[in-house]
Amino acid sequence: MALTSPESKIWWNLPIGRAELVWIVIAFFWGVFMFGMMVWWHLEGNQNLSNEVYRISPAKFEERTEAFTEKYTVREEAGMPVAKPEPGAEVYMLSRLWEWWPILELKKGQTYRLHLSSLDWQHGFSLQPVNINIQVHPGLEHVVTLTPTQSGEFSVVCNEFCGEGHHTMVGRIHVVD
Amino acid sequence: MSVTAETGIIGGIAAKFRTCPATGLKVDLAAERLIKANAVAAIVFLAIGGVFGLLVALTRWQAVHLLPSDLFYLVLTAHGLDVLLVWIIFFEIAVLYFASAILLNCRLATPRIAWVAFGLMMVGALLANITVLQGEASVMFTSYVPLKAPPNFYLGIILFAVGALLGCFIFLGTLVIAKEEKTYEGSIPLVTFGALTACIIAVFTIASGAIILIPTWLWSLGYISHIDTVMYKLVWWAMGHSSQQINMAAQVAIWYAIPAILLGAKPLSEKVSRSAFLMYILFLQLASAHHMLVEPGISSEWKVFNTSYAIYLAVLGSMIHGMSIPGAIEAAQRGNGFTNGVFEWLRRAPWNNPAFAGMFLSLVLFGFLGGISGVVLGTEQINIMLHNTLYVPGHFHATVVAGTTLAFMAITYLLVPLIFQREIIWPKLAKWQPYLFGLGAAGISLFMMGAGTLGVSRRHWDITFSDATLSFDYPPAAFLMLGLNGMSAILAAIGGGLFVVIIVASVLFGKKVDASNIVAALGPTPQKQMSDAVKSYGNAGTFHLPGTYILVAIFFTAFVLYYFVNWKYLSELWQLG
Ligand code: HEM
Ligand SMILES: [Cu+2]
Repeated sequence: MALTSPESKIWWNLPIGRAELVWIVIAFFWGVFMFGMMVWWHLEGNQNLSNEVYRISPAKFEERTEAFTEKYTVREEAGMPVAKPEPGAEVYMLSRLWEWWPILELKKGQTYRLHLSSLDWQHGFSLQPVNINIQVHPGLEHVVTLTPTQSGEFSVVCNEFCGEGHHTMVGRIHVVD
Repeated sequence: MSVTAETGIIGGIAAKFRTCPATGLKVDLAAERLIKANAVAAIVFLAIGGVFGLLVALTRWQAVHLLPSDLFYLVLTAHGLDVLLVWIIFFEIAVLYFASAILLNCRLATPRIAWVAFGLMMVGALLANITVLQGEASVMFTSYVPLKAPPNFYLGIILFAVGALLGCFIFLGTLVIAKEEKTYEGSIPLVTFGALTACIIAVFTIASGAIILIPTWLWSLGYISHIDTVMYKLVWWAMGHSSQQINMAAQVAIWYAIPAILLGAKPLSEKVSRSAFLMYILFLQLASAHHMLVEPGISSEWKVFNTSYAIYLAVLGSMIHGMSIPGAIEAAQRGNGFTNGVFEWLRRAPWNNPAFAGMFLSLVLFGFLGGISGVVLGTEQINIMLHNTLYVPGHFHATVVAGTTLAFMAITYLLVPLIFQREIIWPKLAKWQPYLFGLGAAGISLFMMGAGTLGVSRRHWDITFSDATLSFDYPPAAFLMLGLNGMSAILAAIGGGLFVVIIVASVLFGKKVDASNIVAALGPTPQKQMSDAVKSYGNAGTFHLPGTYILVAIFFTAFVLYYFVNWKYLSELWQLG
C-alpha cells in the first residue's frame, strides 16, 4: 500500500490500467487545448493585454499627464478635471496615493491608447462594473489600447493594497455615445 | 509514559525507540517528539490565524463591518502570514519527519539540528507576528515594494524560512540514512515519495524566498536604495506560488495515506502515481506567472508558457491523482466486499470517521472548487476579469483551506493515536468536525469567488467607498455574497475551533493507546473482507471501477463547461489590445 514500499520491486514495469491510460490521454489533450486557446486568443480574440511598456520616471509621467489634461479639459467634476480627448488620441491616467487622475470622457466604439503608470506605490486599475483589471507599477508606463463598447458612467477602483487610504481611491471614466 | 522505550540500533546507531503496536515499526522517540512539537505549533498558529480570518470576513460583511480600517489591514496581514506560512509549513515539517523516520522505520537524522530548526521557525514566526501586531507592518504578507515594513518583519520571515530549510535537509538526510542502513526494502513508499516531492520543491521555493527577502530586509534597513517592483513580485511569487505545490504534494500524499490506513487502499499503479508527483517537480516552472498576468513589463509568451506550467503538465499530474485516488478507494472498498451497484463502495465508506470524511471532502472540494477555478483564473486573458478581485482569495481558500487545511486536519485524527498515543476524545463531536469546517470553507470559497466575479476587490476595507470623493455602487448581489461569506466564515471558524479543542483535549486528556485499543483508536473502519479480486494490482484485467469513472466524468464536464463560460464572459468585455 501507499505507506509501505511497493509490493512488486519492479513496479515500473507493471502495465497501466486501461481506464487510467484513457484518462491520462484525455487530460493531456485537454491541457494542450487550453494552452492553444490562449495562443489562439492572441491571434483572433479582442481582449488581450498589450505588451507595450516603457520605463519612465514618475516625474516625467506626471508632466505628460498634466500636459494631456490641460489640453483636453472640458469641465470639472468633484474638484477634478474631466479630460475629453479626441478618438484615437494618446490618453493619460495616473495613479497616486490615493487617486486616479484625471477623469476621462471617451466615446463609445472609439479606440484610445491609454497610458497608465503610478507616481508612488503599486496600484490596481479595476474598471467597474466592466471588470477589467490591470496592475499599475511606478516607473513603468503601460500603453493599453482600449475600445469602450458600452456607454455610461464607469469607475476605476484601486484593487492593489496601497496603504491606509486604499479604499478611498476611486477614479472615473465616462463613455458617451 | 505508558509505553516502555527500548534502546537499540535503528538506522545505524543506537537510539531510543518504541515499537508501534499497530504496525510493528520502530518509532524513534526523538522523531516522535519533534513531530509532536511541530504539529502542536502548527495548530496553535492555525487557531490564531483562524480567528484573524474570522475578523476579516466579519469586516468585509458590510452589515457588520467589524474592524476599523487600520486594524482590518493589520489583521489581514497577520492572517495571511499565520495561516499560509506558519500553520502550513510547521505542519509540513511534521509530515516530512513522519514520512521519513516513521514510515521508513528509521531514526531521524540529527535531532539536535531539528530542534534548532524548530527554534528558528518559532522565533521567526513570533518576530514577524509581533512586528505586525505593533502596527507598522500592515503591508500584507506579500509586502510588495515599495510598501515598506520595519526590518524585523522581513527578518522574522527569513528566520522562519531558514528553519524550514533545515527541516527539509533533515528529511533528506533521514532518507539517506534509511537507504544506507536498509531499514526498508525496495523503493520508498508512495507517501514518502510524495513527501520527497514536497521537500524538493520546498528547497527551491525557500531559496527563492531568501533571494528576494534578504535584499528587501537590507532595503528596509537602509542599505539598499531601490528594489525593482516587477522583479520583486517575480521572485517573491517563485516562493509564494511555487510553494503551493509543496502543499499540493503534501496533501496528495495524505490523500493516499488515509485510505491506505483505514481501508487498506493501494495505488492503482505505482508508476502512474509516482510519475504524477514527478510532474510537479519537472513542470513547476515559474509559477509566479499566476500573479503577474496583468503586469506591465512581462511578455505574453512568458506569461502563457509559465501560467500553464508548461502546457498544463503539472495540472495533468493533479488530474491523474484525481482519478487514481478515488480509484484506489473504490478498488479497496470493492475488495472489502462492497460490490453492489456503482456506488455502494462510496456510500458505505467510513463517513463517520473524521479522518476519512475530512480526506474525501478535501479531495472533492479541492478538485471541483480549487482546481477548476485555479486553471480558469490562471488563463492569461481570463485573468483580466479576475485579477486582484475577491475571486483570487475565493480560489485559494478552496485549495489551501478546503483542500490542504482539511487534509491536514484529517491526518491529525490518525496522528493523535499513532504518534501522541491518545484516543480522540469526544468521537461523536469529532465526527461532525470535518463537515462543519468543509461546509464553511466551501462557503467562503464560493462566495468570495462570487463577489469577485461581480468585481469586488480583495484586500479592501469598504466597498461602499464612504470616505471617497468619487464613489461606485456595487450591485446588491455583491453585498449578498459578502454577507454569505461572513456566515460561512462563522461556520468555518466553529469547525476550525472544534478541531483545535478536540485535538488539544485529546492530546492532554485522551485515553492512552496501546496494543489493545490502537485499531479502535483509529476510528470506525468498514468491515474488512478481503477478496482475491484486488490482491493483485497493476494488472489491467483485474479491476473495473465504474464509480470512479462516473465521478471523473462529472468533474471533467464541470471543468469544460466552466472554462468556456468564462471565455464567453471575456468575449463580451470592452476590446483591449
Ligand atoms: C476560519 C477560517 C478562515 C476564514 C473565515 C478566512 C477568511 C478570509 C478572508 C475573508 C480573507 C480576506 C479576503 C480579502 O479581503 O482580501 C482571507 C484572506 C486570506 N486567507 Fe483566509 N480564511 C480562513 C482560513 C484560512 C486558512 C486556513 C488559510 C491558509 C491555509 C487562509 C489563507 C488566506 C490568505 C493567504 C489570505 C490572503 C491574505 C492577503 O490578501 O494578504 N485562510 N481569508
Ligand atoms: Cu491604490
